[in-house]
Amino acid sequence: MLSFILRRLGTMALTMLCLTLIVFFLINLGPNLKKLAISQTEMHTSAEDLENWLVEHGYRQNFFVRYGQWLGVLPKQPITDPATGKPAQRFSFCNDPVEPKFSGVLQGDFGCSTKFKTTVASKLFPALGATGLLMFWVLAVMVPISLLIGILAGMREGSRTDRTLSVASIASTATPEYVSGVIFTVIFASWLGWLNGSAASASQGITFYNFTLPVMTLAIYGIGYIARMTRASMVEVMTQQYIRTARLKGLSFGSVVVKHALRNALIAPFTVIMLQFPWLLTGVVIVEVMFRYQGFGYTLVEAAGNNDIDLLLGCSLVSVFIVLITQLISDVGYAFLNPRIRVQ
Amino acid sequence: MQTEYINAFGIIIGVLWRFWPVWIALILVMGASFTYKKRLGLYGQLFDSGVGIAGVFICLFWLFTAIFASTISPFDPLAQVSVMKDTLPGAIEPASKLVYYFGGDKLARDVFSRMVYGSQIVLIIAPAATGFALMVGITLGLPAGYYGGKIDTILSFLANLVLAFPVILLFYLLVTPGIMDTPIPYAMAGLFFLFPIIFFSVLFWTRFKNRPDRLYILLGITLILGGWIYVGLVFDKDPLHIVHIDPNQLNIFVAVVFASSPGVFRIVRGLTMDIKTRDYVAAAQTRGESPWYIMLWEILPNARGPLIVDACLRIGYTTILLGTLGYFGLGLAPESPDWGTAIKDASRLLRSFIHPALPPTIALMSFVLGLNLLADSLREQSMKD
Repeated sequence: MLSFILRRLGTMALTMLCLTLIVFFLINLGPNLKKLAISQTEMHTSAEDLENWLVEHGYRQNFFVRYGQWLGVLPKQPITDPATGKPAQRFSFCNDPVEPKFSGVLQGDFGCSTKFKTTVASKLFPALGATGLLMFWVLAVMVPISLLIGILAGMREGSRTDRTLSVASIASTATPEYVSGVIFTVIFASWLGWLNGSAASASQGITFYNFTLPVMTLAIYGIGYIARMTRASMVEVMTQQYIRTARLKGLSFGSVVVKHALRNALIAPFTVIMLQFPWLLTGVVIVEVMFRYQGFGYTLVEAAGNNDIDLLLGCSLVSVFIVLITQLISDVGYAFLNPRIRVQ
Repeated sequence: MQTEYINAFGIIIGVLWRFWPVWIALILVMGASFTYKKRLGLYGQLFDSGVGIAGVFICLFWLFTAIFASTISPFDPLAQVSVMKDTLPGAIEPASKLVYYFGGDKLARDVFSRMVYGSQIVLIIAPAATGFALMVGITLGLPAGYYGGKIDTILSFLANLVLAFPVILLFYLLVTPGIMDTPIPYAMAGLFFLFPIIFFSVLFWTRFKNRPDRLYILLGITLILGGWIYVGLVFDKDPLHIVHIDPNQLNIFVAVVFASSPGVFRIVRGLTMDIKTRDYVAAAQTRGESPWYIMLWEILPNARGPLIVDACLRIGYTTILLGTLGYFGLGLAPESPDWGTAIKDASRLLRSFIHPALPPTIALMSFVLGLNLLADSLREQSMKD
C-alpha cells in the first residue's frame, strides 16, 4: 500500500511539472507578453518601449531559465535600473530581492501578481479560503441530498419513485451552472425577491440571504450525477444474495436497507464524490463570476483576463493539485473501504 | 410612439405557428419511425419507452430547428431595430408588422430569432467536435488497450495530463485572440484532423487488403475527400472554396476536441482491455489476422454499445462546454447568436429585464436534456440484449 501511494505521488509530481511547463509556455507566448506589457505601461506606449519594458523586467530571458527561476531551481536575478545602473527590485510592490536568490515555488514564493500589485500568496490564499467556505456548504447540501435521492430510487428498482427520481436527476445533470444560476436568480431574486442575486457582500459575512443562490446553483449540477451513481450501486446491492437472506430471516424492509444494503452501496458514490471535485472547480469559476463572489474562481478569471503570469501559474498549480490529490484520495479510500480489495 | 403588444395567448400560438416546418418534419420522421420500428434495430427500440420517445423528439426538434432556421425566424439574428430596444415579449415591430415573440434584447435584436439561429451553431460544432474526439480517442485507445506496455503507459500519461487540467483553465489558455497569431491552433488542427483519414485508411486497408478492386476505390475516396476537407479546414486553401471555417471557430473546435478526446480514449482503452480476452479475439489471433484487423473489425464493433451511449452524453457535454465558452466570451464573436453568449449578455442585466435570459437557457437545457434522455434509453435497450 505504501509503495503504491509513493508511486502515485511520484506520478503526481511529474504531472504537475509537465502541466506547469505547458501553462508557462502558453502564458509566455508572444501576443500574451505584449498584452501584459500594454496593460503595465502608460497609454499609447510605442512598440519599442513595450519591448524595453519586457526586457527590463526580465521577460525576455531564456524560457527555461525563467521557468527554473519560477520553480526555484535557479536563482532569481534582480533587474538593472536603467537610470542608475544599480540592481533594483523587479516589482517594488512585492519586495522582490535585490540580490540573486533562490526564491521560487519550491521555496514557497509564488511570485508577484501584476494585476493586483501584491504577492500572489497574499491574493491567492484568502481567495482559496473563501472558495473553501463555498465548497463546504455545497458539499454539505449536495452529498446528503444526492445520496438520499439515489438510495430512495435504487431501493425498489422500476417503481414509480425510481422513475420520477431518475428523470429528475437526468434533468439536473442537463442543467449547467450558468443555466441554473440564471433560472434561480430569475425565480428567487427577481420574481419572489427572497434571495440576493449577488454574493458580493458574502466576503464580509455569509448569510442565508446572500449565500443560498451560489450554493444551490453549484450543488444542483452535481446532485443528479451522484444520485445516479448511488442508484446504480444501490440497485446492484439490492439483488445480492445476502439481502434476500436478510429478508427471508424476517427482517423488515427498512432495516434491511439501513443495516445491510447501505454500507455496501455507499462505497461507489464515495469515489464519484471525490472525482466530482474537478467538475466543481469549473462550476466554482462560473458561479463566482456570476454572483460576484471574490474567491478562487474569480481570481482565476481576473488573472487569465489580464495575463497575470505568476497569479495564473499559482492558480493552475492549485487547481491541478486539487484534481490530482482527490484522485489519489479516491483510489486509496476505495481500497480502504472495500474489504475485498483491502485483503488483496 | 407607443409600441403595440399582442397578448400571451397570441405569443404562444404565434411561436407554435412559426415552427411549422419543424412540426411537419417531426410528424413525418416520427410517424415513419413508429410504423417501421420493428425493422430499425436499436433506433426502433427507442420507441418502446416514454423516455426514449421524449429524447428522440427533443433532439429531432432542435435538429430541424437548425435546418429550417431561416424559415422559422422572422428577423435576422444580427439586425437591430432601435425602437425595439428592451421591449417585452409580444411587441409588434412597426415597419414590418411582425412580432418580437420573446421581446428585444439590449441591442434591440429579436430574442426569438437569435435563439433559433443559435441552435445552428451548437448543432454544427457539438456533433462535429464529438465526432473528431471519437476518432482521436478510438485510434489511440485501441492500440493502448490491445498492446498495453509502453504505448499504454505513455498514452495514458498524456491523457491523464489533459484530464488533470480544469476545463476552464484550458480554455482560457487555448482560446484567446492572441493565440491565433501563433501556429499552435493550426498545428493542433493539423494533428487532430489527420486522425479520421488515418482511421478510415487503416479500416479499409485491413479489411480489403486482398481485394484490390474494392480497396483502391475506398482508399481513393477516403484520401481525396479527407485531403480536400483537411486542406480546407487546416490551411483554409480549399481550391473549390466550399469548405471554410473561421479562424476563431477553428480555435474553439480544436480546443473542444482536445478537451474531450482523452475521455473517449479512456473508455475505448478500458473496453478494449475487456474485450481482448474474449474467445473470438483469440480465434482471430489463431487465424493469423493482423493486430489492426482485430482491433478495428473484431473489437471495435463489439464495443459499439457503450460508445454510442457515450457519444450521446458527450454531445450534450460539448454543448455545455460551448455554452461555457460563450458565457466567458471566449472565442465566439461578441454578436454571435449562440446560446452561451446570449446567456452571458442577458445575465448581466437580470436586475432590469429577465425576458432575454430565459429563451437561450431553456433551449440549451432542453437540448442537453434530450440527449441525456436518449443516452439513458439507449443504455437500457442495449443492456436488454
